[in-house]
Amino acid sequence: MTRTILGFILVALGLAALAFLPTQLGAYGVGLLLGMTGYVVLASAWALFSGPTRYVSLATVAFFGIGAYTVAVLSEALPYWAVLLVAAGIGLCVALVVGLATLRLAGVYFVIFTFGLAELIRQLVTWYEVNVTGTLGRYIFLPITAEQIYWQLLGLAAITIAIGWFISRSRLGLALKVIGDDETVAAHTGINIAGVKLALFAVSATIITLVGAIQAPRWTYVEPSIVFNPTISFLTLIMALLGGANRLWGPALGAIPLFLLFEWLSANFPNHYSIILGLLFIAIVFVVPRGVLAGAEDFWKRLRSNGEAA
Amino acid sequence: MITTLITGLVLGGTYALVAMGLTLQYGISRIMNLAYGEILIFAAFAAFLLFSTLGINPILGLAIVLPLAFAFGYLIYGVMMQPLVARSKKSGTLEVDSILATFGLLFVIQGVMLVVFGSNYTSYNFLNTGINVLGTNIAANRLLAFALAVIIGATLFYVLTRTRWGTTIRAIAVNPDAAPLVGIDVNRTARFAFALGTMLAASGGVMISMYQTFNASMGVVFTMKALVIVIMGGLGNLMGALVAGLLLGIVETLVATHVDPGLTLAATYLLFLGVLLWKPSGLFGKAAGR
Repeated sequence: MTRTILGFILVALGLAALAFLPTQLGAYGVGLLLGMTGYVVLASAWALFSGPTRYVSLATVAFFGIGAYTVAVLSEALPYWAVLLVAAGIGLCVALVVGLATLRLAGVYFVIFTFGLAELIRQLVTWYEVNVTGTLGRYIFLPITAEQIYWQLLGLAAITIAIGWFISRSRLGLALKVIGDDETVAAHTGINIAGVKLALFAVSATIITLVGAIQAPRWTYVEPSIVFNPTISFLTLIMALLGGANRLWGPALGAIPLFLLFEWLSANFPNHYSIILGLLFIAIVFVVPRGVLAGAEDFWKRLRSNGEAA
Repeated sequence: MITTLITGLVLGGTYALVAMGLTLQYGISRIMNLAYGEILIFAAFAAFLLFSTLGINPILGLAIVLPLAFAFGYLIYGVMMQPLVARSKKSGTLEVDSILATFGLLFVIQGVMLVVFGSNYTSYNFLNTGINVLGTNIAANRLLAFALAVIIGATLFYVLTRTRWGTTIRAIAVNPDAAPLVGIDVNRTARFAFALGTMLAASGGVMISMYQTFNASMGVVFTMKALVIVIMGGLGNLMGALVAGLLLGIVETLVATHVDPGLTLAATYLLFLGVLLWKPSGLFGKAAGR
């Protein structure tokens, strides 16, 4: 019990320090911090669903883009908080449709459905803009500074990780562990498998939508091909995998180094970064399939058991 | 109406061929290959290069591209997939691992294409003359592509259903655990099937390059279409892939001519959604749940 309280105090102190950080950094530093926090939330939210269920969702950018584009469309018609609510609502609805159609079936169907989802929504939005509204591309003029975006993202990161922590301690978390180990056993112990998966997917997708919505004012100009960029899905996935999708802090741990690496690569090798990242991704799948954290734990255990044997 | 049907059938022929390759890879090698469409587009670029720089026509180009694609598939399976297959014997994670690994491969191949060919739309002019079929004017290159698809598809079908070697391959699709008991080298056959699938993807790419514009980031759409066809036809079912491919071609052409060309992918998705809700095991499949 004291350990939990101590942990809470440490996390709260860390959060306060992070919230204070922008005052010490220049505009570039804040931008970097903002992008990093965005990916920490994306990777953590992705892992919320895909970690325990092992259903690989490739639709991160579909939800991210929905959020960003909703802000672009509605930012002048509604107050900011209402826009965020609407964006979250749309993200939730799409997640429910996708989930209801596929999560009752085998995992492959879900992967396939999410694989093309971003492209589908991008084409639909483009089609709608060209044929109905007659414009492609929108401007966002919102009086929101980079610091404010950063604080919102930081808050969302805290909420996401808190949700992950609560789930791991609740009945839902227990149900998830059983599903992850053996679905047949889970079904026989009376767990509503499809329901649990659907709920989790909806939560994860809503958070991802919110990240897109919150980050949208950073762009000023928004176009379907900008906000539905598949690289975002890819980066989220690789970050969560590197850190370990099954650990609470894993995705955040993977997001920070990879985001910095990505920034460096896109500045120095703008044409080759997707090749480098692709190779890195394959390497991660081969070398640390369960993430660095789990890998380190295994290594530590082996080291200790070796020590005892000797 | 007749026009739409014929154009749709011609387009569907290519789709069916492409989907047959994917169903070979997934049904027999158990690899869910998300980089499939990238290989297809790469072959399309290869055909374009051969035609525009060396003046080799795409039919002869097939003779160059296909063996290369086969070798590439053989290599990729040996280098990338075999370790995953070996690992999954203990952990049973082949599906997730192959999805992740090929997702990485997708970005590598796409990145290479963007560097080499750029991101512009590309096409070339080959046999672009109209031919009258049942009162409908259809470009000769489309008809040629259809004829090629029929020839390749029929040969494959014959080989898989009538020869001893084809029976071996199908035996693995039916029961991978029992196949070694009757003396089948599962690993070698899976590798062969994977390479064969890669070759079919490349042949589809060459055909598409003859009559469509394409660019380096279009692979995802083709992977998606092929996957939807495979699911519709039932996993690992060649005949199902054939029928579903033709069906998708017709539906797409109908939507493109009567509704809007920008909504073809949406139509594909709608079809997919319908199949998932109504018959998840595919229109001709027996059982899903893998």
